[in-house]
Amino acid sequence: MFTDDAGKGGIAAGGPGNSAESNRRSGGDLVQLITPGGDRVSHPEFDSWVQDVSDEQLASLYQDMVAIRRIDAEATALQRHGELALWPPLLGQEASQIGSARALRDDDFVFPSYRDNGVAYVRGVRPADIVKAWRGNALAGWDPYTVNVATQQIIIGAQSLHATGYAMGIQNDGADSVAVAYFGDGATSEGDVNEAMVFAASFQVPVVFFCQNNHWAISEPVKLQSHIQIADRASGFGIPSMRVDGNDVLAVMAATRIAIDRARHGGGPTFIEAVTYRMGPHTTADDPTRYRDANELEDWAAKDPIARLKTLLDRKGLLTEELEAAVAANADAVAKELRSGTINMPEPQPLDIFKHVYSTPNSWLERQEDHYTRYLASFGDPAEAASEEGAR
Amino acid sequence: MTQMTFARAINSGLRKSLENDPKVILMGEDIGTLGGVFRITDGLQKDFGKHRVVDTPLAESGILGTAVGLAYRGYRPVVEIQFDGFIYPAFDQIVSQVAKMHYRTQGAVKMPITIRVPFGGGIGSPEHHSESPEAYFTHTSGLRVVSVSNPQDAHTMIQQAIASDDPVLYFEPKRRYHDKGEVDESLDLSAALSMEKARVVTEGTDVTLVAYGPLVKTARDAALAAADEGVSIEVIDLRSLAPLDFATLEASVRKTGRLVITHEASQSGGLGAEVAASITERCFYHLEAAPVRVTGFDVPYPYSKLEMHHLPGLDRILDGVDRALGRPNSLSGLEG
Repeated sequence: MFTDDAGKGGIAAGGPGNSAESNRRSGGDLVQLITPGGDRVSHPEFDSWVQDVSDEQLASLYQDMVAIRRIDAEATALQRHGELALWPPLLGQEASQIGSARALRDDDFVFPSYRDNGVAYVRGVRPADIVKAWRGNALAGWDPYTVNVATQQIIIGAQSLHATGYAMGIQNDGADSVAVAYFGDGATSEGDVNEAMVFAASFQVPVVFFCQNNHWAISEPVKLQSHIQIADRASGFGIPSMRVDGNDVLAVMAATRIAIDRARHGGGPTFIEAVTYRMGPHTTADDPTRYRDANELEDWAAKDPIARLKTLLDRKGLLTEELEAAVAANADAVAKELRSGTINMPEPQPLDIFKHVYSTPNSWLERQEDHYTRYLASFGDPAEAASEEGAR
Repeated sequence: MTQMTFARAINSGLRKSLENDPKVILMGEDIGTLGGVFRITDGLQKDFGKHRVVDTPLAESGILGTAVGLAYRGYRPVVEIQFDGFIYPAFDQIVSQVAKMHYRTQGAVKMPITIRVPFGGGIGSPEHHSESPEAYFTHTSGLRVVSVSNPQDAHTMIQQAIASDDPVLYFEPKRRYHDKGEVDESLDLSAALSMEKARVVTEGTDVTLVAYGPLVKTARDAALAAADEGVSIEVIDLRSLAPLDFATLEASVRKTGRLVITHEASQSGGLGAEVAASITERCFYHLEAAPVRVTGFDVPYPYSKLEMHHLPGLDRILDGVDRALGRPNSLSGLEG
């Protein structure tokens, strides 16, 4: 039934020689600047977009990727210890998230999905705030306006429309910032993502659609979502697209910079397919051994985004003991901050349930709050009553 | 005071909101060049430009989803859903995003979005053009829902809805668009009756008759007809469907002891059920009879040659009033 092998093993097919311009018109071949073996390969058009990336910046990208992998591992452990209710690992997608997020300006606005925790980290969300919603202490961990990152979206693809609407606002304001929607391969089947591309193309607004094709939407393979390469869907909307190795931090950064630059200068939307792989389960509640082959996992482990950057740093003579120690110390510090921030997170209070439903008082809700307050008070000690309720 | 149609009264209210707040932006299908299929936005794009009055692609989820993004950016979008039955593709964005964003972000992100919905039947249209979907939204926490019944309220409440920092669904009775009434366009919004308040439109002592939107006119006509027979009906226009103004309802029912609720929407799980249950809870010992619902049937909206059977009319409402009064009625002799 699904004869096309779109995306599968795509990275091996990538490499230099293709025209970036044709890439922007249609998905084309995979753009790669760092091979899985850690070789820096040149690309006639993408190179210029990352030529300013210094040795220090390359090391800093590495440090961020290691840090977010550590957050991911710590969060998984915290879930196993019962400190988090759930966690959606991003293991394997570090280059896609760090490379793209590091290409943005502070005044650009990100609309992420629930798995884009690396993006949130780069934008300055505190580690404990990243896991706050996953602990059940709030529906969202941060105020979007403090980091210009919307709260993580759980309805698949819904945020692509929010990003497009936000970009309509940027256009109306005459500003030069850009909205970025993050979503996965599965989301490209959703009506909202398709409608977002219609609106973005019709109004030529400054939005970037950043799709991490991690090959799996829970148990459904990407070939079930699309009969053609994901990036090629954009051309039907008249939106230029690029298809890059999502495990290659430089290729991702270059592509994002191209798209951002176009949007910032009135060139309208761009679609980026970052071809990567979800090395872990969908969430800590998932068991991927039920639906995918261990060999596939091995193949992708050989294309690990952090390992290849580490090899590149080593070949460039940058992987000093000093750097390795600094990167490890940073990851340790972040992990410690995450653990203590999680375990010591203040518990929400019972009556918080009624807060912020409306921005102005609501007579129905005030009555219910009043009645529940009386109910809790009927136990004598409201705190004790609340814990009793919770125990049932 | 100016004599104007219901449609013109909304148009005038929209115009004032566009003039008063540069962040107000109108969006919808055919609302710009055409002025809307009902001409509610007639002339507004010409006067305020394509970036303030936006003709959108034909995608309702897209309209609501981009409105969410605009609200994120500090705009105050006013969205037109062309017909009631076209709102469902936008249901997820309304229920999962618009309604929940303020709660989700603990107040950080406001969603001052107004969703205008021409609703209800009585105009002989094809399927999906005559529905009354309000109960889906009154059941959704985070939304405010209003329905207007006369040109003055239409003019005032559209401005109040737009000025609200909460999302508001604004249901317009499309079969009343051409009705005329006196409108004071200079009415100060803060001095006007709050859009959250119900209004007693006809005072009476025997039965409280609750209506909203298109049926307020029918209910008033019913009250006039009943008066000829010596029955005094108090007609209440709900205006706000969520939250309901129970203070006004309770005061009336405590006086009359009898309650009839009418709406075009299907009966089961509808707004009449909420009014009946809540009033029974709050005024049980003042009730002389069980509350009565006179509503559309639990059927998909029927083909237009049968719609007069589905829509509560004056006689069916009076039959319900008789039932509440314990007078002979079509169900006399039946239990329950």
